[in-house]
Amino acid sequence: MTLEVYDLNFAYGPRPILRKARFAPLRSGQLTALIGPNASGKSTLFRAIAGLLKAEGTFMLGDTDLATLSPKARLSRVCFMPQFFAANAALTVFDVVMMAHKNLRGWRVTSEDTNAVAQALHDAEIGHLADAYISELSGGQAQMVSVAQALIRNSDVYLFDEPTSALDLNHQLRVLKRIRDAVSERNAVGIVALHDLNLAARFADHLILLRQGEVLAEGTPHDILRRPEIAETYGVDIHITTGPKEDIVVHAYSHA
Amino acid sequence: MTELSNTPSVDTIVGGYRKRAVWRVILVVAAVLILFATVVVDVITGPADLSFWRVAQVIVNPSVATTKEEVIIWDLRLPVAMMAVVVGGMLGVSGAELQTILNNPLAEPFTLGLSMAASFGAAVAIVLGWSVLPGVGALFVTVNAFVFAMAASLLLFLVTRLRGANPETMILMGIAMMFTFNALLAFLQYGASELQLAQLIFWQLGSLARATWPKVAVCVVILAIVLPYFLSRSWALTALRMGEDKAAALGVNVNALRLMVLAGVSLLSAVAVSFVGAIAFVGLVAPHIARMIVGEDQRGFLPLSALAGALILSGTSILSKAITPGIVYPIGMITSLIGIPFFVSLILSQRKRHWQ
Repeated sequence: MTLEVYDLNFAYGPRPILRKARFAPLRSGQLTALIGPNASGKSTLFRAIAGLLKAEGTFMLGDTDLATLSPKARLSRVCFMPQFFAANAALTVFDVVMMAHKNLRGWRVTSEDTNAVAQALHDAEIGHLADAYISELSGGQAQMVSVAQALIRNSDVYLFDEPTSALDLNHQLRVLKRIRDAVSERNAVGIVALHDLNLAARFADHLILLRQGEVLAEGTPHDILRRPEIAETYGVDIHITTGPKEDIVVHAYSHA
Repeated sequence: MTELSNTPSVDTIVGGYRKRAVWRVILVVAAVLILFATVVVDVITGPADLSFWRVAQVIVNPSVATTKEEVIIWDLRLPVAMMAVVVGGMLGVSGAELQTILNNPLAEPFTLGLSMAASFGAAVAIVLGWSVLPGVGALFVTVNAFVFAMAASLLLFLVTRLRGANPETMILMGIAMMFTFNALLAFLQYGASELQLAQLIFWQLGSLARATWPKVAVCVVILAIVLPYFLSRSWALTALRMGEDKAAALGVNVNALRLMVLAGVSLLSAVAVSFVGAIAFVGLVAPHIARMIVGEDQRGFLPLSALAGALILSGTSILSKAITPGIVYPIGMITSLIGIPFFVSLILSQRKRHWQ
């Protein structure tokens, strides 16, 4: 299965956010990193794919035109889970992962449901937080819970908006590895918006560079990170070296 | 891999959840039992000295009662006790769902101006003698209160529909209406006679003494319509408490949900307030008590908010008769007086839990 997006336009009033954004079909089983500076339209692109905002453009998932699905059906196939909890609620981590799992259906919680949620918490290494209220979580913990909420859903496309921005180094690597493994095991399309180009280089099979709502370049990390557009887009000097494990290491320096 | 060694096993996590689920059921059952007990006490207390057994006899077999006993128990005390339960439940549910959709712990029917609109409607009836709907006879104070409360919520509903149902707009509109009706009420009070003023103040203080079986029946019917709807939307309402974004990402149509729930809450609180007067506080506190006990999963939160509301009002009904023997105080006075110390002690006894 592939996800194809073309001619995607979106504006908040007179201010265009996405301008004719399009990229080559994204293959399932692969993880794509969406990179670009702040306000380049990454979150808007995700919301548009999930159908959470009305953008003009074409979204094809395999043979299915996503526009023909009901909002709820579209969100079942395209999972986009915001990274933080906005309200100060007396809900536990177990409750909120259960909610993502139940998908708002059925009053009864079976022992299979309970086991699935417990397993998801265990896999996400947040079992010790099961009884914690979401209002008590740190930013990093909230992100890990949100990733667990996303991964417990059975979707064809997973969109993660900066899933590691509040995590420590160790957890950044572990969460991204878990996302990459899940996408490949489930043969789903995965897109992760990332600011850290080294993480993008390490975990993504494919990179998309977004600038001011336009796709500026796309391809393998090897290719894209060496392009002059990267340095130009971010407004920095970039130097690429090869790390001890034959991996790409990006060094960035500000002009000054 | 330090974290992994601290992570409890799947069985431990399941066990923890099971324990909370069982606990939740026990608490709801306990609340039902306590409510039953308060209703019994409510029925046996009153100025007329009737023993518990005599009251039980008359309820089980009305034919043994003297006319006086029948009137006291069947026409006075039982409707009052039942009214306390259903109105308390309605106010508890209204507060719970308003706090949920507005994401605001201070929300209750009062906040949205519904109670003030009802008071104004009652004042129009008492002071000007106008009946909004013709042909309702002696019920015209109640009917006026209901019509004004519904009109206020309809206005709120239309404005939020036009402007987008965000909580800030709804709360600000509600507060604007509250002050408007308050000012209009002051106009009427200024021109009212002493007798009318006394009547009006008594109405506003809130009283269960006006309870009758038909009123109880109306409340039960409204609850039977609205509560199942709220329960059917319990996942969506719970999801809303994670934040609008998260709820939307799970497929909740947030605006539509807010409007539908607002409509249900309006109906519940308009009926409750028009029958018993402007009883503040129950709609505010009942959900807080429920939240502290079972959290905000609506499957436990909603029933317990209703039960807490019913318990508060039923307890108040007993106290209103018990403080000075022979005098029944208006319940609106008592709810705040006994409720606030209880509420404050609950808040102060809550320790912030720490994790990790």
